[in-house]
Parts: sequence; C-alpha cells; structure tokens
Amino acid sequence: MKKLRQMKRSTRSRVFTYALVIVAFVVIQLLRTFKDGGVGSVLEGQLIPICAYIVMALALNLVVGISGELSLGHAGFMSIGAFAGSAFAIALQGSVTLSPLRLALAMVFGAIVAAVLGFLISVPVLRLNGDYLAIVTLAFGEIIKSIVTNIYLAVDGRGLHFSFLNDTIELADGGVELIKGPMGVMNTQRISSFVAGFVLVLIALTVIFNLVNSRTGRAIMAARDNRIAAESVGISVTKYKMIAFVVSAALAGAAGTLYGLSQTTFVATKFDFNTSILILVFVVLGGLGNMWGSVIAAAALTILPEALRQFSELRMLVYAIVLILVMIATNNPTIRGFFGRIGDKFRRRAPEEKGGAVQ
Amino acid sequence: MVFLNYLINGISLGSIYAIIALGYTMVYGIAKMLNFAHGDVIMVGSYICFFAVSTYQLPTVVGILLAMAVCTVLGVVIEGLAYKPLRQAGSLAVLITAIGVSYFLQNAAQRLWSSNPKIFPPIVPREWSISLFNGQLSISVLTIITIAVCIVIMLALTFFTGKTKMGKAMRACSEDKAAAQLMGINVNRTISMTFAIGSALAAIAGVLLCSAYQTLVPTTGSMPGIKAFTAAVFGGIGSIPGALLGGLLLGVIEILAGGYISTQLQNAIVFAVLIVVLLVKPAGLLGKAVREKV
Repeated sequence: MKKLRQMKRSTRSRVFTYALVIVAFVVIQLLRTFKDGGVGSVLEGQLIPICAYIVMALALNLVVGISGELSLGHAGFMSIGAFAGSAFAIALQGSVTLSPLRLALAMVFGAIVAAVLGFLISVPVLRLNGDYLAIVTLAFGEIIKSIVTNIYLAVDGRGLHFSFLNDTIELADGGVELIKGPMGVMNTQRISSFVAGFVLVLIALTVIFNLVNSRTGRAIMAARDNRIAAESVGISVTKYKMIAFVVSAALAGAAGTLYGLSQTTFVATKFDFNTSILILVFVVLGGLGNMWGSVIAAAALTILPEALRQFSELRMLVYAIVLILVMIATNNPTIRGFFGRIGDKFRRRAPEEKGGAVQ
Repeated sequence: MVFLNYLINGISLGSIYAIIALGYTMVYGIAKMLNFAHGDVIMVGSYICFFAVSTYQLPTVVGILLAMAVCTVLGVVIEGLAYKPLRQAGSLAVLITAIGVSYFLQNAAQRLWSSNPKIFPPIVPREWSISLFNGQLSISVLTIITIAVCIVIMLALTFFTGKTKMGKAMRACSEDKAAAQLMGINVNRTISMTFAIGSALAAIAGVLLCSAYQTLVPTTGSMPGIKAFTAAVFGGIGSIPGALLGGLLLGVIEILAGGYISTQLQNAIVFAVLIVVLLVKPAGLLGKAVREKV
C-alpha cells in the first residue's frame, strides 16, 4: 500500500488501468465457466463489441485527449479496419486453418490498412486546427462511408477482382465474394473471441501508455498545451501530431477488424457519423486523456442501452437525458465545487492538479 | 438547358442549406459552440407544421407561424436548460451536451409521433410551375418561393444585425463578451435571442425542406443539419454572408455532382470539395483569418 502511494501519479493510473481490465476479464471468464447461464445472454452477446469499443475509445482518446485534436470521423478507420480485415480473413480461410492465427493476421492487416489511410488523411488534416480540423475529419468519415459502400471485391482462382459503383465482377467457379457494395460483408465464420478482444485491449493500453510516457509522448503533449512554445523549442508539431493520429488509426483499424469478425454481416453505413460521435461520447465522459475512464465509459455506455431494455421504447430517451445530466453535473462549476469539497473531506489531502487536457 | 435546370435546383436546395447554416453560424459566432441539435429543431418544426396543416386543417401560413413559434420556444428552452449551465465549461463538454439534446429530440419525436414516414403537404402544389424557352425549362413555384424566402431572410438579417439595437448587441457579444457586458449589454439575453432567431429560421427551413422532399421522419433533420453545418464552415463560420455563400455553393455542387457524376458518390464529392476549400482557405471562403499571437 505504501509502495502504491509512493508511485508517480501516472504510474499509479497505469497500474490501476491494467488491474481494472485484467480483473474484469477474470471475473467475466470465471462467471462464464462456472455459473449457469454465464453472464446473461445480453452481456454475452455484447462482450466482443465492448472490447472493440474500448479499443476505439482508447484510440480516440490518444487523438482528442493526448494530442488535443478533435476528430469526428474515427468510425471511418473502424470501417476500413472491419472491411479490410474481414476480406483478408475470408480470403485466407483456405490457407490458414487455425482461426486465432487468422484473426491475428486479419487484425494486423486491418491495422496496417487503417494506418496507411490515417497517414494519407493526416497530411491535409493536420494543416488545419480547431473546429476546422474537426469538420475535415467529419468529411473524411463521410467520404470513407460513401466509397466503401460502393466497393465490390471478390477472389477466385485467377486472382483478386475489384469493381467500383457497379458490380461487374464475373467470378470463376469456387470464387468468393469478399465485399459486396451496399450489402457489405458476409462472414461465414465468426472468428472473433472475447479472449482476443481482451488481448487487443491490453495491446492498445500497452501501446498508448508506452507512447505517452516516452519522449515522443511528451512532445505530443507539449504540442497540445502550447503549439507555439513547442515549436520554439524545436518540436516538429505536425510530425508528432501525425504520429498520434496514425497510431490511433491503426488501433481503430484493429478494433474494426475485431468488431467485423464478430458479426455475421455488416454494412458500411454502420460506421457513420453517429458511431464516431458515440465513441467521442465515451472519451469525453471518461475524461480526456484518462485511459481507465475511457475503458469504464465505453463498457458502461455499451451495456446501458441493453440494460435499459425494460424501459423498451423509452431507453434511448433515458440514455439522452443521462448523457446531458452527466455532462452538466461534471462540468458545471457550482456542482463540481460541491463534489470537490466532499471529496476533500475524505481525502484530507488537497486534490492534485489534474493532467492538463484541451478544452 | 439540363445544366440550367440543375443549377436552379441546386440554388433552391442551397437556399435551404443557407437558412439552416445561418442558425449554426449565428450561434457559433456568439456562443462559440457547435449546436448539433439544430438539425433536430428543423425536424420538430416540420412536424408541428405537418400536424397543423394535415390534422387540424389550418391554413399553411398559420402552420408555418405555429412551427416558428414552437421552435423559438424550444430553442430558448434548450439553451436555458442544457447549454446555460455549461457557459464556463470547455467546448467539448458543450458539444457532447448538444449531441445529447439531439438524441433526446430524435427519440422524443419517435416516441410521440412514431417513426412511420409522414407525407408532408407542400406549401404550394408541386405541379405548379413556370415554363420558359418553349417549355424546355420548367421551374416549379416551390423552387422560386424557396429562393425568394432565402433572399428575404438574408436581407432582414443583414438589416437586423446592422441597424437594430439587439443586432448590434449580438455583434458586440461575438467580438468580446466581457467588454460587451461592461458596456451594459445583457449577454445571457443576447445569447437566448440568438437561439430564438436561429430556431425560428430552422422552422422555416424545415417546412421548405419537407415541401421539397415530401417525407418526414424523426431523423429528417440530421443529414441536412450536417450538410448545413458543413456549409457554414465552407463559407467561414461566424459570418452571415458566408453562410449564404456556403449554402448556395454546397447545394449547387451537390445537385451537379449527382447529375453529372454519380448519385452514389454525391455526398463524397460535396465533402471532398469542402476539404479542398479548407486547405486553400483554412478559415472558409469569407472567414476572417486570425493571426496567432505569442
């Protein structure tokens, strides 16, 4: 306990985050193995999406919280990852029979494709700042959605076939359609598993924590806190923002693959502006730059609409009201001051200054 | 002739975007927030007008006035309940709250009025049209009305912000809130007023939009909302002539892209043009470039 108290604040938060994820995983796995009915059918079906959304929230937190740029198009990277990864997995079905290996390969592929795209997008995007940057990421998200909706991709003995807008592919016998335009992807095998999701969350946490606590991470945060000051001490702001953006895109791509391969079928319109906003809600509710906050917010808000099923039609209304009230309660100076005083009584120590985050 | 036809349709659609964009741009200019619920205020206005005209058989003009009244009240209530407590908070918190309000309005509409599409009665019959060039070009009366309404609103708003006391207070607040307050301007009331005007305009835009596209569902407002927001940024957010220019350009580009290139890629092309414009002029077409100071 004493050792825990002597740790640096950032280290303590890191240990806590890992512990949180691992304990949650062990508890859920124990319940699934030993208890009749496991964790309940509702939660059971949500386990993999929860992992995917946690990784998405962590990835977006890297951009919004650590790098300080608002992105409204992160679902686009998830979409790219889901489509590229699923197509890759279906194409490999014959050659790689071990499904966890195939899943891992697909995730790596999805992450690479998303990272390349993230790099290409970040070149124009990072020339702008503030709300203009946000609207451009929104635009890219919509463009990705429109383009992916019109891609047709298939593979057969003669190789890979691709067509755009209209399905003009003539397949040879034994050919497989990978992406079917507006019909999306049809997975014959759902190879994603909760364990794989857990591993991906751990990988995402490791990547982000190591990045943040490195020379690069400090440069990214310096560029966030004061662009001009950072530039004047020789930090290439664009380069470091780009690193954060590309790493985030890669993680989002892997999360997309995980999500895509957990569904029998999905379409490009699933990953629209609303999904981007949903992930942003996780990040803001969890706290900017706060990784364990993102984990909890993503998990809680993915389960909440399901848990509110008993209110049936009212559930999204309740969700909206909860969202507004939480935002007001956590951001209004009067209410915040009230809770702050209560907190101080318990802690006796003056609250440490919070890690700076963009407003 | 085909081109001219597309152009006129584009200007008509652009006029609607411009009216919606005015709401975004005024609120942004004064409260520095992206009011994502604006698109849903449009939807509420359309429903009010729909029920007034179809169910209660009221005249169209009364329906529109009623929609404007309800939207004005709605805008002020939303501002007072959801945004006012967050005046001192960061812009992201306000953004998420606005998204919450947007979800709330959409789901409330779904609960109250069901998600079955309603057939919206147009303000003038759709068949009414004017033929030009021996019938080669026909322009519907609805299109003309839409464009005329947009022009009238622009002129009225220019007069309002330039000449009236309230309009001047608004401009003062958007320049510098603290200084405006020291000059005796009631900042809170000015912001409420901005929301009221923006929401009343949203009601008009909603009626015009639904007259052109016929169907009305609880999510009617979201895509035009995003597009109009894009239009506001396109023209330079915070600038009223910019909103008009951005809206018109966006509408024309959208219709031309759909007509000549591909309807499937219509939206992608609109957003691609936006990106190119922002790269060349990072503050939008008519936006003021703010120089960074150390």
